[in-house]
Amino acid sequence: MEWLDYAGTEEQQMMRDVARELARERLAPAAEEYDRSEEFPWTIVKEIAAADLFRVFIDEEFDGMAGGMSIHNMALVTEELSWGCGGIALSFAATALGTLPIIISGNDGQKKKYLPRIAGGTIAAFALTEANAGSDAAGIRTTAKKDGDGYIINGTKQWISNGGEAEIYTVFAMTDPSKGARGASCFILEKGMEGFGFGKKEDKLGIRGSTTRELVFQDVRVSEENRLGREGTGFMTAMKTFDMSRPGVAAQACGIAKRAVDEAVSYAITREQFGKPVAANQGLQFLMADMAMKTEAARALVFATAKYIDTHEKRSTKFSAMSKCFASDVAMQVTVDAVQVLGGYGYMKEYPVEKLMRDAKITQIYEGTNQIQRDEIGRALVKEASREAR
Amino acid sequence: MRIIVLAKQVPETTEVTVDPETGTLRREGVPAIVNPFDTYAIEEGVRIKERLGGEVTVVSMGPPQAEAVLREAISVGADKGVLVTDRAFAGSDTWATSCVLAAACRTLGFDIIIAGKQAIDGDTAQVGPGVAMHLGIPQVTYVRRIDQIDGEHAVVERLLEDGYEVVETPIPALFTVVKEVNEPRLPSLRGKMAARKAEIRRLTADDIGVDSKRVGLEGSPTRVMKVFSPPKRSGGEKWEGLEPSEAAQKLVCTLRDSQVI
Repeated sequence: MEWLDYAGTEEQQMMRDVARELARERLAPAAEEYDRSEEFPWTIVKEIAAADLFRVFIDEEFDGMAGGMSIHNMALVTEELSWGCGGIALSFAATALGTLPIIISGNDGQKKKYLPRIAGGTIAAFALTEANAGSDAAGIRTTAKKDGDGYIINGTKQWISNGGEAEIYTVFAMTDPSKGARGASCFILEKGMEGFGFGKKEDKLGIRGSTTRELVFQDVRVSEENRLGREGTGFMTAMKTFDMSRPGVAAQACGIAKRAVDEAVSYAITREQFGKPVAANQGLQFLMADMAMKTEAARALVFATAKYIDTHEKRSTKFSAMSKCFASDVAMQVTVDAVQVLGGYGYMKEYPVEKLMRDAKITQIYEGTNQIQRDEIGRALVKEASREAR
Repeated sequence: MRIIVLAKQVPETTEVTVDPETGTLRREGVPAIVNPFDTYAIEEGVRIKERLGGEVTVVSMGPPQAEAVLREAISVGADKGVLVTDRAFAGSDTWATSCVLAAACRTLGFDIIIAGKQAIDGDTAQVGPGVAMHLGIPQVTYVRRIDQIDGEHAVVERLLEDGYEVVETPIPALFTVVKEVNEPRLPSLRGKMAARKAEIRRLTADDIGVDSKRVGLEGSPTRVMKVFSPPKRSGGEKWEGLEPSEAAQKLVCTLRDSQVI
């Protein structure tokens, strides 16, 4: 069915079409198999790369296809791919997340070294979370101890999307644990560095077409050139990254929600009970109307935020949190409703909607739980109002 | 390696209906697509280019709107598109079409030519072989795999009903491919941009030096008497639970009754 179109330029229409064709021809048909096997979808990731989609969020100067900022591009592609499979799409979205610290805080040399590789399809990962530091990200215990002209990194990261599969990692570690949040720094690590290993692969409820692993650092030596920005700016880099990446999670949620609406409605017009399609019942029509309406409202907020980020220097924390929180809540509601529309069939793995429900759940949790998002929004509102009152 | 791929724009047959009055196809409003078998030819051409270097030129004969086929080919890795178009070509049958395409290939220059095994609208499978005949070069049809290829010769597998044969041929040569040959890639973003910007070269009858009397309706020896759907094949009879001797007797009787034996 028709959805509002947020591809502004001709180039954006092309990237949307390329992503849409991939989603329909490759991701959607493979989704069930990867959901079962929980293997990393390498064949499809290579096709995403061959289609140039990793270039859409990277500047032309570094072999990308974006002019300057491009959260809008990233969101367009993420939404389309997520329609096909929210799990497989994460290989793309988590690469964007892992790349953002380099785009935000990298110097020219670092950008030249890493961005062209990512543009060409080398996947990346973002490593902040630890067993005891989730929402309280300032509580990380991984350390980077100064050693001559470099650092020695020790610690363990948990639940890292693309972990073990990615080649390039942006890793947050304490360079000065006594300073708390101001003592964190961000480093670029590469798979294969001595002492850099991987722990167990997680067995997840949803997004099983993606890989989530532990990263283990045992005396990993990195040079100063691997540090992004000045010492102590790591936490700021992480927060700025979330401002830009959360609309990506939101776009993933929108793709999942759109798919749920599409599946629910196309089922409802063919399923007959009491001699007529179940879609002829007003009770179900109202439910489907709400599903479609909420999904469009979420998309409007997400793409408005993406455009805001691309065109404003100042931080978008409030809008980014709103779009992530709203869109993921919508995705959760809409996918639960889609299962309801399909009734008993919806509950069966043979039909795609129960997977949508499982995939949607993570969008309310990662890159900051929706409680954290509401906290950010509330604090921003109070701060803005207090400033205006003065 | 100079690779030419022949591609045709066809109506999406799943959408085509036959006018029961006139027996002709109702083409109005039916979306036009690249002949599906030609997408394998394009992919194979691009893969050979990626292995050996060179250039893939996709050639199509058709009206101006057939340019869409060439742009689509560029979006999946072809380098150039050439549209062979002239009012004089209208009404060409497979003989005249292959005559035109052969002349276009001769004008452009090539080492190999690849085509789909047939088009889904006409289903003749004659144009590819016809082009090879007009050019006087070897042809291998129904290729399911190109094993070795260099500037001198190629070794390919040719699909048969009950297996395949391995054929070695000198180059230049023409191959028609079946869908087993590869899995075509989807368009890339850079490919789509290149396709949008690409200049599609147009060749007319004069450009390729064909006598306009030898092409088009006038130059086509085929005359279409009638277009009709063949009668549906009725399913065969099946006898079950018979003793072998009984079955043999029944079979002989039936065949004799229908004067087969």
